[in-house]
Amino acid sequence: MAYTEEELKKELETKEYEYGFYTDIDSDTFPIGLNEDIVRAISKRKEEPQWMTDWRLDAYRSWILMKEPEWHNVKYKKPDFQGISYYSAPNKKDKYESLDEVDPELLDTFKKLGISIDEQKVLAGVAVDIVVDSVSVATTFRDTLAKKGIIFCSISEAIKEYPDLVKKYIGSVVPVKDNFYAALNSAVFSDGSFCYIPKGVRCPMELSTYFRINQAGTGQFERTLVIADQSSYVSYLEGCTAPSRDENQLHAAVVELVAMDEAEIKYSTVQNWYPGDKEGKGGVFNFVTKRGICHNSAKISWTQVETGSAVTWKYPSCILKGDNSIGEFYSIAVTNNYQQADTGTKMIHLGKNTRSTIISKGISAGHSQNSYRGLVQVHPKAANARNFSQCDSLLMGDLCGAHTFPYIEARNNSAQIEHEATTSKIGEDQIFYCNQRGIDTEKAIALIVNGFSKEVLNKLPMEFAVEAQKLLEISLEGSVG
Amino acid sequence: MDLKEKLISSFMAFEEQLDLSSPIHEMRTSSLKQFEKLGFPTKKHEAWKYTSLAKLLKNDYSIFPKKETVIELKDVKKYFLYDIDTYKIVFIDGIYSPFLSDTTHDGIDVCLMSSALSKDKYKATIDKHFNTIANQNDSLTALNTSFTKEGAYIHIFKSVVAEKPIQIIHFSTSDQGPMLLQPRNLIVVEENAQVQIFERHQSLNQHQVLTNSVTEIFASENALVDYYKVQNDLDDASIIDNTYVAQKAKSHVSVHTFSFGGQLIRNNLNFFQKGEYIDSTMKGITIIGEKQHVDHYTLVEHAQPNCESHQDYKGIYADKSVGVFNGKIYVNQIAQKTNAFQKNNNILLDDTATINTKPQLEIFADDVKCSHGCTIGQLDKDAMFYLRSRGIPKKEAKGLLTYAFANNVLESVKIPAIKSRINKLIANKLGVSIGHDL
Repeated sequence: MAYTEEELKKELETKEYEYGFYTDIDSDTFPIGLNEDIVRAISKRKEEPQWMTDWRLDAYRSWILMKEPEWHNVKYKKPDFQGISYYSAPNKKDKYESLDEVDPELLDTFKKLGISIDEQKVLAGVAVDIVVDSVSVATTFRDTLAKKGIIFCSISEAIKEYPDLVKKYIGSVVPVKDNFYAALNSAVFSDGSFCYIPKGVRCPMELSTYFRINQAGTGQFERTLVIADQSSYVSYLEGCTAPSRDENQLHAAVVELVAMDEAEIKYSTVQNWYPGDKEGKGGVFNFVTKRGICHNSAKISWTQVETGSAVTWKYPSCILKGDNSIGEFYSIAVTNNYQQADTGTKMIHLGKNTRSTIISKGISAGHSQNSYRGLVQVHPKAANARNFSQCDSLLMGDLCGAHTFPYIEARNNSAQIEHEATTSKIGEDQIFYCNQRGIDTEKAIALIVNGFSKEVLNKLPMEFAVEAQKLLEISLEGSVG
Repeated sequence: MDLKEKLISSFMAFEEQLDLSSPIHEMRTSSLKQFEKLGFPTKKHEAWKYTSLAKLLKNDYSIFPKKETVIELKDVKKYFLYDIDTYKIVFIDGIYSPFLSDTTHDGIDVCLMSSALSKDKYKATIDKHFNTIANQNDSLTALNTSFTKEGAYIHIFKSVVAEKPIQIIHFSTSDQGPMLLQPRNLIVVEENAQVQIFERHQSLNQHQVLTNSVTEIFASENALVDYYKVQNDLDDASIIDNTYVAQKAKSHVSVHTFSFGGQLIRNNLNFFQKGEYIDSTMKGITIIGEKQHVDHYTLVEHAQPNCESHQDYKGIYADKSVGVFNGKIYVNQIAQKTNAFQKNNNILLDDTATINTKPQLEIFADDVKCSHGCTIGQLDKDAMFYLRSRGIPKKEAKGLLTYAFANNVLESVKIPAIKSRINKLIANKLGVSIGHDL
């Protein structure tokens, strides 16, 4: 019998989260709740200098005065911020020199995820800075990178070893008081990645970090800071998978990118946190603040494949401060069952001749809600700013919803802005066309969904494309060939 | 005392002027309570993010119309559609002017809200329609409801085609300080009936006037309604226009809004589709300059299958003007086979002009075709060069191109007299003479 859209829908609904497992590693977890002492304790545990502790406390003090945002188009039970443990680190805190020293159980976890470290080391040439429950436990290829002068390490290490760089740039793109979750993150972030590419250096390999939430009831507060100095280039990959958990887990990360003159940063994300089960129970809350600043002739490109999380709230943005700078945003957001995604981007044109491109593809199935929310802002001095935005939504089934909220603000008469959005389902005529040519319905749907997302998938680095494909399959298996 | 307090405290006096036993007395009172609760919208409200009323609300508006003013037809003739035969409902400072008007009860009712609200003859229609689709949670609509007194009442009976267009004209003349006008219109078009309506607000001398108008339009099965709004007022006249349209199966309603002048213009245009095979059209041309501000806020609610909606708004902004477009298409889960299109094209002529646009889609049905497109740009340099190389001066070339840009909105205007009038207004606005009616 031919595979129909109905069957695909059914399959999507019954598809369980494949990566739901839980690694039994002794964790060193803080008591639940948040107050100044906890913030101090985190800072102390991480052996941070005084300025960092003060910075965190400042963030905490602004956070307690802030309210959780409510403008987004998602509904969820607000997390109890006093019911979360804000620090959890795997017990062994020694640095591993080789993979043999790593907890075998942990390695097994990565194998299940399809991230065999050694395999990747050899085959993909990817330097992986693996983060499990907030503390970086394995860093590879550091030597190779060090020869080029590239710093790629965990942020806590960077705070100790490169305090000047961190001090100068942390909070410069996403200020402490930027928003509720950014402030929370600034106060309690436990670890994350730091990357510095010196002048004129082209990073020879894709840098990659895997985030996972492991311990029950722990929030994940990652802090990533990528600095690309003049005329340098870096491609940074970030992938997320989290084990199955019943209660909602909170993930509030902050990513800051700084692209100096003529530098280019390519930042790709595959996000597959646990989306909750068929009834919408459980799942991760993903409230992320990502922002990059472009100096003269710099370029920042965000690519994201969002398939997981019960609630996603994420707007990777570009501040095009320098003249001739370029911002790009490519996104695929897939929601299924009761998932909700409110995602998009902000392109702030400040410099002359700045350009931005936004391509957003939303696919909703089941009872899910998928929103695109974006802002294109052209300031009075941004002469000849150029923007092109395209937001397409694909609906599968009649119980899901697709929403588009684009904000366009132009204050310069030489700006050229185009925005278009479409919403449709897989056309019967399209399937019929394929059937006619001997392509069965299953393949046809695969073809159409693939074609629908191609513009974005193409933007992923080769090394990552395989992984992205794998993660997309979990959400839309049967449709992606 | 701020305006809100003044309005609330004036309400008693207002009610006393009218019949306290009137059936809508209760409606007025509860609306006032609603307004008291909500207050005037501020920039903190998402719907008013780009439009601030703060400056306007500082004026000390007189709430009650002063004595009747008489104006001569020859002085105001140019504001009418004078070259065709029409029915007219004319108000001067909110008071009906029988001298300038031309109403009828012959087959159709073209008369006054005040009489419709008080006479038994209209009670059934009023009970069924009045204030049923106006948004009770909108503070300005609630304010209008609580001060409902006068306006146009148009009722086209079953299978009647109104043979003449109807003009609703509001003049304001007051030279005694700022004035607040709150006209309230009700338009009921029964099955298979057709009507064309032209609405204009005009102040005759320089004075602060704020109009907060509410219009409810009901189109029954197969009804055809064409509504044209011309907003070309003086620099210190502002208008907040709240229009609510409820459509039944197979009806076609179109609303064209031409905004060429005024201090602040806000158009809240809401369409509710309550049947199948409905067609809703919303089009607009905005050409403004100086420090003018025009805000179009549209909503189309597709509640039933097989309906269509078309939106096309063109904006041309010069000087320090600010344009806002906020369009929302809402498609209900059962509204399959909906075709909803939204287009918003803008040209900024000066560095100092601003445009904020937010075209939104909210879609809960899967078998739909919905799209929105939005552009902000300049006049095509190549086209300019082409015209200028053929000896057309810069100003005219600019005018021609802007005219062409806005023109396709005019194509759907069905009354030739309105079309040529708008043509003239556009040419005038752009400072060019376009020799022929395209």
